[in-house]
Amino acid sequence: MPQLLLEIFSEEIPARMQQGAARDLDRMVSDRLKAAGLTWDALTTYAGPRRLTLVIDGLPAATPDREEEVKGPRASAPEQALEGFLRKTGLTRDQLTERDGVLFAVLSSKGRATTDLVAETVDQVIRTFPWPKSMRWGSGTLRWVRPIKRILCLFDGKVVPFEIDGIPSDAITEGHRFMGSGQLLKVSDFVDYRTQLEQNFVLLDVADRKLRILDQAKAACAAKGLVLVDDDGLLDEVAGLAEWPTPILGDMDPQFLALPPEVVRLSMKVHQKYFAVRDPSKEGLAPNFLVVANVEATDGGKALAAGNSRVLSARLNDARFFWDEDQKVGFDAWNAKLSGVTFHAKLGTLAERVERIAALAREIAPLVGADADEAEMAARLSKADLLSGMVSEFPELQGIMGGYYARLAGHSDAIADAVRDHYKPQGPADTVPTAPVTVAVALADKLDTLVGFFAIDEKPTGSKDPFALRRAALGFERPAIAAGLKLDLHSLIEDHAERLAEQIIRIVSAQEIAITIGDARQVSDSHTRSQGVTVEQAGLVLERWTNDADGHRRADEFAGRLKAKLRVAALDVRPFMLDRLKVLLRDQGQRHDLVDAVFALGDDDLVRIVRRVEALAAFLATDDGTNLLAGYKRASNILRAEEKKGPLPTGMVQTGLPNQPEPETVLAFAVGAARTAVEAALETEDFAAAMTALARLRTPVDVFFEAVLVNSDIPAERDNRLKLLGQVRDVMGQVADFGQIAG
Amino acid sequence: MTTSTEPLAFQDLILTLHRYWGEQGCAILQPYDIEVGAGTLHPATVLRALGSKPWKAAYVQPSRRPGDGRYGENPNRLQHYYQYQVILKPNPDNLQELYLGSLAAIGIDPKLHDIRFVEDDWENPTVGAWGLGWEVWCDGMEVTQFTYFQGVGGIEVDVVSGELTYGLERLAMYVQGVDNVYDLKFTKEGLTYGEVFLENERQQSEANFHGYDVDGLKRRFEDMVAEVSRLLDMRGPQDQPLVLPAYDQVLKASHLFNLMDARGAIAVAERQSYIGRIRELCKACALAYVEQERKTA
Repeated sequence: MPQLLLEIFSEEIPARMQQGAARDLDRMVSDRLKAAGLTWDALTTYAGPRRLTLVIDGLPAATPDREEEVKGPRASAPEQALEGFLRKTGLTRDQLTERDGVLFAVLSSKGRATTDLVAETVDQVIRTFPWPKSMRWGSGTLRWVRPIKRILCLFDGKVVPFEIDGIPSDAITEGHRFMGSGQLLKVSDFVDYRTQLEQNFVLLDVADRKLRILDQAKAACAAKGLVLVDDDGLLDEVAGLAEWPTPILGDMDPQFLALPPEVVRLSMKVHQKYFAVRDPSKEGLAPNFLVVANVEATDGGKALAAGNSRVLSARLNDARFFWDEDQKVGFDAWNAKLSGVTFHAKLGTLAERVERIAALAREIAPLVGADADEAEMAARLSKADLLSGMVSEFPELQGIMGGYYARLAGHSDAIADAVRDHYKPQGPADTVPTAPVTVAVALADKLDTLVGFFAIDEKPTGSKDPFALRRAALGFERPAIAAGLKLDLHSLIEDHAERLAEQIIRIVSAQEIAITIGDARQVSDSHTRSQGVTVEQAGLVLERWTNDADGHRRADEFAGRLKAKLRVAALDVRPFMLDRLKVLLRDQGQRHDLVDAVFALGDDDLVRIVRRVEALAAFLATDDGTNLLAGYKRASNILRAEEKKGPLPTGMVQTGLPNQPEPETVLAFAVGAARTAVEAALETEDFAAAMTALARLRTPVDVFFEAVLVNSDIPAERDNRLKLLGQVRDVMGQVADFGQIAG
Repeated sequence: MTTSTEPLAFQDLILTLHRYWGEQGCAILQPYDIEVGAGTLHPATVLRALGSKPWKAAYVQPSRRPGDGRYGENPNRLQHYYQYQVILKPNPDNLQELYLGSLAAIGIDPKLHDIRFVEDDWENPTVGAWGLGWEVWCDGMEVTQFTYFQGVGGIEVDVVSGELTYGLERLAMYVQGVDNVYDLKFTKEGLTYGEVFLENERQQSEANFHGYDVDGLKRRFEDMVAEVSRLLDMRGPQDQPLVLPAYDQVLKASHLFNLMDARGAIAVAERQSYIGRIRELCKACALAYVEQERKTA
């Protein structure tokens, strides 16, 4: 069956957009062809620096004839409704069929030539393609990511004729800009297309380009006894910047190895898109870089490597300038400037934020076994590097630079490490800090973010989380859990909300006042939404109020109401964090139902929740666990059925009654023993022991159900047995809500 | 280093580009006689990019960035440097090829060097201009900004112009294989860039950072701003608004802002407001320019 080949050839497409474009092309063409009833054997799309390509194998030459049933009005509907439906479908009344009092029309359409459909599809796809950014060019009206030069479109070896805004379809493509033959390439089908491109130094498939880069880069490094520092993000990018990617190993002036390796790597990566290189026999980086060029230069890349090396030196000179200058400036000067940097219009300046974090870090320090003074000091240094030259240049180095500068300034390793690592963990792949001082500052940093944004009602909604609060919640929970911290989340949040409210009340009331006095324009206009303007305004209003007879009272009341509002809003942090913990546990592979069973207990101690889930999972993996769960279900089914009839009997379970079956007595004693053991285990939070205690119930429960009829005719017997089952449910319920667990 | 022949001296680089773009039909203009921060701001680009009339021009534009001065002590940064500016409206289909031709003309062989078009969408918020295009890299160094103008003065353009901005000093440093801008050969005979400009950098840096009277700058800024509206309200002999002189005052106001900024006289909170005011003035000129072209068409 025929093949469709489409290439949209343009000027250089931004690397970051290429793979998304390949997916969009796939989706948009597939959707339209499928809608016309076409199927095919295989569809593949490719994206590279200058072309988007689609090939479909086994595409029929025509779309199928189709019949479609359309639902019309009820047979009893008024005349106008029927007329409208007939007009819409172009049929007469006797062509409609009636089913269950509803009229249906069967519309049939003839198939059409696939080439017609393709011409129409390409036109629509090009005109509606969802580029993140697109442009016009020349005097035309078409929009594309960069100017389109030509469109190749072949079906079954022949050009599909069409023209889009003056660009005619053709069977022509071009090879590499500099290395190709310079001739236009006339193509007959996909294999010919791919082959001719390769002969003209274009690798169509990004996978081939990446392979070529890695193979040659590793070989170039190995030849000098060096190792490439892998970087998948960079590999993706450079594979989108060259049609014939050609790795070249260049030399870096070794004096730059005195800079922190993070700085050298980032400078290479961000500015120059070079890979870093290591010497396996030494610490740190090797005095080399690896650039992926787009040409196999005629001199083997010598001039090119020398040129790149000079550019890198200029870049690293800049970096070294920042490194030297930053050390001359130092923390005091940076911290002094933090009061001039707005963190968020409603949450004040970075200086105010640092105050809050420092207080919170002090509070958390004893809980994690950190020295409170060290934790506070680290917190006070934690945001200074945001004003350093290096971090202004490379925002990614926040924390890292602070760590270096703190050590150079003579602070202890514990403090420097905390400054360096307090942003961690920043994502699922990031490491979780464990050093006590670091944990204290990391938790304080994230909790301040959470409490702050919740207080001013900037919670995440749906897919929108502009302040990355979900990440902040996980960033708090993972170190807390790893450290086994016993936190009273509720009071920690409440205390911090109080602290925050005291501090930001000035700004928040200013903004509220600005709104109330009807000058909302000043705060709603994002350009003037700086703290300075609104605080000034508020100052005027407050002044007016104080001149007022009962002005003081009004101002106080106003502030009081607002503070209360902030504190209440902040309390939502706790359920939000518990919700994130649920997600975290599920992401770690814990069963949904086990997580729910533990959360149903309403505990808010993160560590306890995690341990419980783990113990429960381990218990249910045993025979005792699954059997006991079955027994629990049976017991609770009976209890539920009885509850419907009326209140369950309450009170002590009696033993030693006449004619009482032995299994009933045995279970009664077992439950009593289990309760004592479970309570003792829970007291020490030994959840494994609690599970073991429950496991001892398994046999008595099984035997009880085998031998004893709960629904005895004698009410006293029935009541006693129901009480007994109720106790089984209750004692198990102390460990988890077994009712939530799928059996 | 790029060819077997002697690399071009700074002035020969300019003359070569002039000849090349002149042959492509560009009017070779002279620098605009008002201080600007970038070649784009020359009315031959900003204003001519508006409307639908075709236009081709090339020129060198001295560019002043008072805050970038380093007293002549930094090998790469200058408060006064040259941009080579080409504008082709509408952009020809083969603009990339024409551009590569200009590189070949100054001795850069794309089979020996790595020429790359790397995404870089350009915008100049002060004049409300934006476009899509690339930084052109030669062996990892940005040598040209290549932009398809999409909007100017806050207005979407009728016809797209292609704009090329070559950083002349950088390009020359590359071609001559020099690491310090002051070591560039200005003439073939050996006059250096430093001999021409080093003293200028020293004095201007001092004036930019410590010399100018801030109150005076502020006063003059306000004067220029007032002048723009006054000129736009006036009418010329053919009943046209005085867009061109008004735009001159916008440029002056913009430079005064840059000087105040270098003096550290612009508070963070004021910055956006200053830039916004200049942009509004620029937009007013752009609208008047487009309107005038429509009337005379």
